[in-house]
Amino acid sequence: MSAPDRNRDRAGLLWVLPALGFYACFVLYPLTQTARYSLYDWNGIGEATWVGLRNYLTVLTDSTLRDSVVHALILIVFFTVIPVSISLLAVAAMGRLRTGAFVSAARTVLFLPQIIPLVGAAIVWTWMYSDQGAVNQVLRAVGLSGLARPWLADFGTALPAVGLIGSWVSTGFCFVLLMAGTGKIDPALYEAARLDGANATQEFRHITLPGLRNEIGVAATITTIAALSSFDIVYVATGGGPGFSTMVPGVQVIRLAFTTGEVGLGSALAIVLLVLVLAVVVPMQVFNRRARP
Amino acid sequence: MNRGTQIRERLILAAMMAISIVPFVGVLFTSLHPQGTVPAGISWPESPQWSNYLEAWSIGNIGQLLWSSTLIVLVVVPVGLLVCTMAGFALGHLRTPGRVLISTLFLAGLAVPFESAIVPLYYQAEALGTLNTRWAIILPMIGLLSPFGVFWMSAHFRGVPAAISEAARMDGAGTTRLFLHVHLPLALPAISTLALLQFISTWNQFLVASVLVDDPGLRTMAGALGAFQGQHRTDVVLLCAGAVTIMLPTVVLFLFLQRRFVTALLAGAVK
Repeated sequence: MSAPDRNRDRAGLLWVLPALGFYACFVLYPLTQTARYSLYDWNGIGEATWVGLRNYLTVLTDSTLRDSVVHALILIVFFTVIPVSISLLAVAAMGRLRTGAFVSAARTVLFLPQIIPLVGAAIVWTWMYSDQGAVNQVLRAVGLSGLARPWLADFGTALPAVGLIGSWVSTGFCFVLLMAGTGKIDPALYEAARLDGANATQEFRHITLPGLRNEIGVAATITTIAALSSFDIVYVATGGGPGFSTMVPGVQVIRLAFTTGEVGLGSALAIVLLVLVLAVVVPMQVFNRRARP
Repeated sequence: MNRGTQIRERLILAAMMAISIVPFVGVLFTSLHPQGTVPAGISWPESPQWSNYLEAWSIGNIGQLLWSSTLIVLVVVPVGLLVCTMAGFALGHLRTPGRVLISTLFLAGLAVPFESAIVPLYYQAEALGTLNTRWAIILPMIGLLSPFGVFWMSAHFRGVPAAISEAARMDGAGTTRLFLHVHLPLALPAISTLALLQFISTWNQFLVASVLVDDPGLRTMAGALGAFQGQHRTDVVLLCAGAVTIMLPTVVLFLFLQRRFVTALLAGAVK
């Protein structure tokens, strides 16, 4: 390599600098500060007292805080497992026709929940779930009025109800993603399978499912991050209530830091949330990359 | 393809579409009832009150909200595109020293929940004097969106054959000219997709907007929608009218650019 070439390469650092500057100032530096706050007992205004890892101990032992982490894990079922399963079933049951006005209209409509802000989704569903809302209207119409209740205000149903808002938002996206994925599978594979006398289930298991591995991995990763770090939907629909029955780490961090004046404890929870997301997502990514052809 | 399969396919699509659309229809119908009433479920009002929208527009100060969100997006997106494209060029195309390390650093940022940075961002904005101004949203958003932007643009530049640059270098072009005259035009499709994705993320950003800015008139659309819900949660009809009015611009834009939106979101996911 000649000397001027090396110079040009080093100039690349200048090109990275602006983005790196924004990233360092508004993401990396704040993260180090969250880690620093997490070691103090601080109400946000007065003196901060060094407490070492005690805030982390509280996160792990306080039942309200620990439950919020458990709720985030439960939300994975609603944000990820349900949408991906429904989409897979729908894709499996459908033919392989991927064009036409009807299909493209469907793509548009299915993407609507993904385009509106999550706050909007939460508002829409808060009304659907309310005492007078559509969900109870349907139940009463089919003679199940015994089941009718204010879904988001009931301790037993609030968390699944909030979770289903997430299912509603993600399903269209996952479905369209998987539908696009099936279009990339070589049709010759299906013809060969049919010649070998494979039935629909075998076709799905041995061709469709492996062919969609990449798309499934992507859908699962994105929706899992959304589940663990959920904020908008929970904050607007229930604020974490009733009681703490729908409290998630995202909402709890804001509550601790800005409402109850426990900045240190909130920061410890924020770090636990970060570690949790990395612990779940990094293995998924490694698995995805390895699965790639 | 036989007829049976085609019918089954349409039934499945129709069912999935119905699930997506029914809640919107519910909100739309509800928003047309007389204010102060609580309509039963999804029901079309006897006399639709279209004036609810005019009132929601003025009570919610929607004109001002649109203006505020537009101002925020008009800074975040161009600056974000500029810095991410430059960094993507350096990391994906130039032989920048330490590019693997720097790329990994940005990649890790893809998994960072905004909640993990928001508390210090509040004290930072307070120290910078930007708290409760649009800058409190604009500056962090550029940083928070940079991991995906850099990742996206590097992936594009990595796919450009090195031979293209070598030819330009032979003609004596420096890095800046090479970028402006050769690579930028080639990158335009990738940049416009990123523009759309950064626009949606900023416009729909709720957490950053609601924590760092008190005045809904200085927030993004989603932040303002949250505030509107907080103030009018008891009047279901007005709340629905306001929600429809606030979401309408995004939905209209989406319907105009639907193909681009869907392609962008899918491409953004799979990369």
